[in-house]
Amino acid sequence: MERVLLRNTESPHSADIHEYIKGGGYISLHKAFEMKPFDVIDEVRRSGLRGRGGAGFPTGMKWSFAVADPQTPKYLICNADEGEPGTFKDRGILEKNPHLLIEGMVISAYAIEAAWGYIYLRGEYPRAKDVLLSAIKQAYEKNYLGDNILGKGVGFHLHVHCGAGAYICGEETALIESLEGKRGQPRIKPPFPVNEGFSLKPTIINNVETLANIPCIIEIGGDAYSKIGSPECPGPKLYSVSGHVKRPGVYELPMGVTLREIIYTHCGGILGDKKLKAVIPGGISTPVLTPDKIDCPMDFRNLPRVGSLLGSGAVIAFDETVDMVNVCLRITKFFEHESCGKCTPCREGVGWMRAIIERICGGAGRNGDLDHLMEVSSNILGKTFCPLGDSAATVVQSYLGNFRHEFEEKIKNR
Amino acid sequence: MVVLNQKVLEEINRIKSKYHDSRSCLLPALYIFQREYGWLSPEALEAVGEILNIPKATVKGVSTFYAMFSHKPTGRHLIQLCTNVACMLMGGERLLDVLREQYGLEPNITTPDNRFSLVIMECIGACDTAPAMLVDTDFHGNLTGEKVIDILEKYK
Ligand SMILES: Cc1cc2nc3c(=O)[nH]c(=O)nc-3n(C[C@H](O)[C@H](O)[C@H](O)COP(=O)(O)O)c2cc1C
Ligand code: FES
Repeated sequence: MERVLLRNTESPHSADIHEYIKGGGYISLHKAFEMKPFDVIDEVRRSGLRGRGGAGFPTGMKWSFAVADPQTPKYLICNADEGEPGTFKDRGILEKNPHLLIEGMVISAYAIEAAWGYIYLRGEYPRAKDVLLSAIKQAYEKNYLGDNILGKGVGFHLHVHCGAGAYICGEETALIESLEGKRGQPRIKPPFPVNEGFSLKPTIINNVETLANIPCIIEIGGDAYSKIGSPECPGPKLYSVSGHVKRPGVYELPMGVTLREIIYTHCGGILGDKKLKAVIPGGISTPVLTPDKIDCPMDFRNLPRVGSLLGSGAVIAFDETVDMVNVCLRITKFFEHESCGKCTPCREGVGWMRAIIERICGGAGRNGDLDHLMEVSSNILGKTFCPLGDSAATVVQSYLGNFRHEFEEKIKNR
Repeated sequence: MVVLNQKVLEEINRIKSKYHDSRSCLLPALYIFQREYGWLSPEALEAVGEILNIPKATVKGVSTFYAMFSHKPTGRHLIQLCTNVACMLMGGERLLDVLREQYGLEPNITTPDNRFSLVIMECIGACDTAPAMLVDTDFHGNLTGEKVIDILEKYK
């Protein structure tokens, strides 16, 4: 399949607007402006596109909710917080194909009738910031952004807003709080951002990769797009692959390729030809899988059937030598550090889990620790304000479920 | 002491035009102060509050929520070393020992000559080149102990 999201990114000038236009860029924008906003949304709905930020919500449906709300102004926000450890796919678009994102955003803004947009960019991406700022400047100069885009009377202004190192700000309501100059703590839902988002106005928040799919949908049409990849969740997908593979990197492949194809065909297999012990399919917030599950297609429908999630599509492979209890400890430390502190089960519970796993790792595990760990995680699950605590609990349970013997061995050999 | 210069004020005023509500300028303004003065002193937080008309306690409450705002002086160069899973697998934690031995660095510590400060990061999105670090705004990947020292020697 010809690449869509990473088209032409091997060129050193791929971020330049002239090069982007030469490759057919901004044609979809012209085309969309000839359509009615409603028809643009309909095309996106028919494409079957599901959000690439982790939850896989149907994009066209989300947009129609915002449009149905009579309040104005409406805002469009691009979630470029990319905080999920193991994930670096949005960075590829931001640094190498920024105009694809900008074109996608202008089309989206036209569809939902938003006049203002923000890209909420994680603070740890200084290079992406520079690239974006110059790309936005070029887009203004070419009249793809501004008060009267292409002379069609459509106005859209786009700004970059930098986060400052808080994973929770990737969660959409925390992101809005942060954009409003507050501590990045999630809001209760409902109301959802589509009705009460930024400044309490209808707001569409989409991931970078989601928005980068929009020009292609307009170019080839929703029906044609819906035939790429998995039938239930179609489209091209970016997979970030890291850990013990021979060729780590970002791969654009159709939605629904199997983990086996990704690891063994595209990434050349496991480093040193060792055996695969485990794999995380969608970033460290998704449950770990054992090698017997790697024939599962990587999409929003199939991964839950084998006990995990697509998340951000960040694959981390572990060879046979890895101490999985230690991995579990590192992940739990991450969640403890990133808990925003708003709700008790997450703030306190994740710290407790960390303490138990840490003492097991340190050779001071006690009999009963594993039952205790199960109990603490069950008391977090379903009782937290936002999904962060839930992820921490399910992830710990997945390590315990799949690698219980490693935990037990550490306790026995203390 | 924070000496407010005209440049900073103008920059913050320019940012105000990007938002409908000046409260949204808080993070950008904190970034500007941190860039200008190296860190966010109590006086800096107070000045930001005055410019944006936000109570000082609120400014501090927001600013301390975010890991990338520093509330004590930092060295001339900030080393942000990732130790999250992908980097851990490829030896990121061992690099900490190298930094300790070579420069006497510890997490959240500045060297006595004020040259380096070190912070431990949660994934900087460079996992395909793990282990990785950011020095100021530059990414460095595929690190080994030797490579870290070679790289850091360029930052004086
Ligand atoms: C703890 C947490 C962190 C998240 N981090 C991100 C992130 O870094 N980037 C992202 O696009 N979505 C992230 N999300 C998902 C967003 O809340 C939201 O669903 C997404 O931006 C919607 O965009 P989409 O429909 O295009 O996927 C996160 C969610 C949670 C609960
Ligand atoms: S885990 Fe270190 S850069 Fe992602």
